[in-house]
Amino acid sequence: MNIIVCIKQVPDTTNVRIDPETNTLVRSGVQSIVNPFDMYAIEEGVRLKEKFGGTVIIVTMGPPQAAEALREAISLGADEAVLISDRAFAGSDTWATSYTLSRAIQKIGKFDIIICGKQAIDGDTAQVGPGIAAFLDIPQITFVKKIEEIIIDSAPVPQGYGAGKTPEGQGTISGYIKADRMTEEGYDIVESPLPCLITVVKEINEPRLPSLKGKMRAKKAEIRKLEAKDLDADPDSLGLKGSPTKVVKIFTPSPRKGGQILEGEAKEVCGKLVELLKGEII
Amino acid sequence: MSIKIINEKCVGCKLCVKTCSFNAIEIVNKKAVIDLDKCTLCGACIESCKFDAIVLTKLSPTDIQFPKKFDEYKDVWVFCEQKKGIVQSVAYELLGKGRELADTLGVELCGVLLGENIKGEAQKIIHRGVNKVYLVDSTALKHYQDEPYSKVLIKLINEYKPEIVLCGASSIGRSLISRVAIGIHAGLTADCTGLDIDKKERLLLQTRPAFGGNIMATIICPNHRPQMSTVRHKVMKEAVENKHHKGKIIEKNYDVKTYYSRTRLLDIVEEIEETVNLTEANVIVSGGRGMQSPENFKLIEDLAKALGGAVGASRAAVDSGWKTYSHQVGQTGKTVCPKIYIACGISGQIQHLVGMQSSEIIVAINKDPHAPIFTVATYGVVGDLFEVLPELTRRFKEILKK
Repeated sequence: MNIIVCIKQVPDTTNVRIDPETNTLVRSGVQSIVNPFDMYAIEEGVRLKEKFGGTVIIVTMGPPQAAEALREAISLGADEAVLISDRAFAGSDTWATSYTLSRAIQKIGKFDIIICGKQAIDGDTAQVGPGIAAFLDIPQITFVKKIEEIIIDSAPVPQGYGAGKTPEGQGTISGYIKADRMTEEGYDIVESPLPCLITVVKEINEPRLPSLKGKMRAKKAEIRKLEAKDLDADPDSLGLKGSPTKVVKIFTPSPRKGGQILEGEAKEVCGKLVELLKGEII
Repeated sequence: MSIKIINEKCVGCKLCVKTCSFNAIEIVNKKAVIDLDKCTLCGACIESCKFDAIVLTKLSPTDIQFPKKFDEYKDVWVFCEQKKGIVQSVAYELLGKGRELADTLGVELCGVLLGENIKGEAQKIIHRGVNKVYLVDSTALKHYQDEPYSKVLIKLINEYKPEIVLCGASSIGRSLISRVAIGIHAGLTADCTGLDIDKKERLLLQTRPAFGGNIMATIICPNHRPQMSTVRHKVMKEAVENKHHKGKIIEKNYDVKTYYSRTRLLDIVEEIEETVNLTEANVIVSGGRGMQSPENFKLIEDLAKALGGAVGASRAAVDSGWKTYSHQVGQTGKTVCPKIYIACGISGQIQHLVGMQSSEIIVAINKDPHAPIFTVATYGVVGDLFEVLPELTRRFKEILKK
């Protein structure tokens, strides 16, 4: 099974604290980490490899130091890593990012499944996963909390399948996946032919810790680098130029202030609280 | 847009270096230098600089080639999500905001409804003040599926050319619109909490939180149409119902190929333990590590029930197996903004706060007076939740009975 996992390096907000005086975020000394949702994606990829054989290739787009995130993924059991990095990609919004990643995946070759985290914790858009699926014209299952079943079974693509621009070498269906897609009320059970793209939520697994052997391997691992010129991409669709959305203003919202503290015996405090909230509830 | 240092003003104080989360600033020859490869234009350094030495440079004229070619794009559309044949309340919220935007632009407000046997719902959308409803009625569209829905929506947009398309930032909305935006090469802004119009430029100003709500960004889409946003539930006010309002229903039908889905929906499972969906709830009562055991969540459930609310949980409670993941509020769980959020035994780590701090009223019950949750709480109760919760439930039951 050829498994591709897309990850993103993000600032680690777990070390962020709030300055009690200014009520703003203290962000100095914040380290970069692998986006938490992507840790579940890596783990799921490695588990699929352990069950079905094959390779896990980790892909990230980012500055040169994003290579650290790739090495971490290798320490967790991934086989190969690809860093998509070029000044030309700077300022990409979700459209341009999806485009760039999909071009890179085409270059990397044949795949059965692409796994992404549900969203990144810095941007919180959840748009890049479906965006990649759309560019590659493959089906998607978003917000997956459980893979019920995977059947590996090569079959020719039925007529009318996709829009005829399926990725190179993807002339066949390579199997089926059945997965639980989280919804507001519960979940949907969805079946999709492979190749397909899934985005995963936290519930799907518990990521392992890196093994010593994995750490050694990560140190030595060779990271393949792809630049804009390697992607056969339309230069006008990359980076800031290829991004339909532009940020025009950034501001810190007026911080939420702590309000009234109610003290005293439980009875007394509850009485006060009910009085205060009564109007809002009835 | 870009960012630059005004060298004459920079004193090399390194404040910006410390502030930058992306390690994008260095001091070279006593002046700050920004590495644009690493910079995300988040603007944190601008605020940190005491010398006004960092500025965001505005869009250059080549960035905005203004829209003569967009004359044919008009109207504001709201994608009206339906489940089990019922239009979801987030759609009515968007119609409320959509009406404002349409009036400012002097165009029509239209609803888009996909489903099976849902003409009655189309009528309800009209009662919320739309001029038109584009209705596509087919068995293939009975339940949401990514491919038929995105193909139909792309066809509608290509034919009728709206200038703005709004959609709820729900699990359906986020999956659907992300795919549609690629197909029609449109700009898409996720999870907006504010929408406005720049009248002069006829642009949609989309404001959204990033970095877990610690930074707000306003985003435009100057060179592509339509301008598309997903919008957070519970932020906008619902459009008022008026049963006398008249509007047109435009029915469309498409071929089998458009309705074809490679994925198959096998089953829809509703988890019955959850009486009220978290993102819809007006009141949420949440428990954290301070609950000490899964059995004690009964106290939370009782209060939630008394208030007609939903039950939430912190990551600590979910990771301990006390509550399932679908209840988790916070960074790796759900983002909620109910009218009242009651946090019980939750210390208020930043990861939890980002998921609930836009709630209208926050009540915190915690025995540690220094718990960070009190810094965001409208009303804080320093006390033992095992005493406070039952008493609170009893009192609310009493007044709600009346």
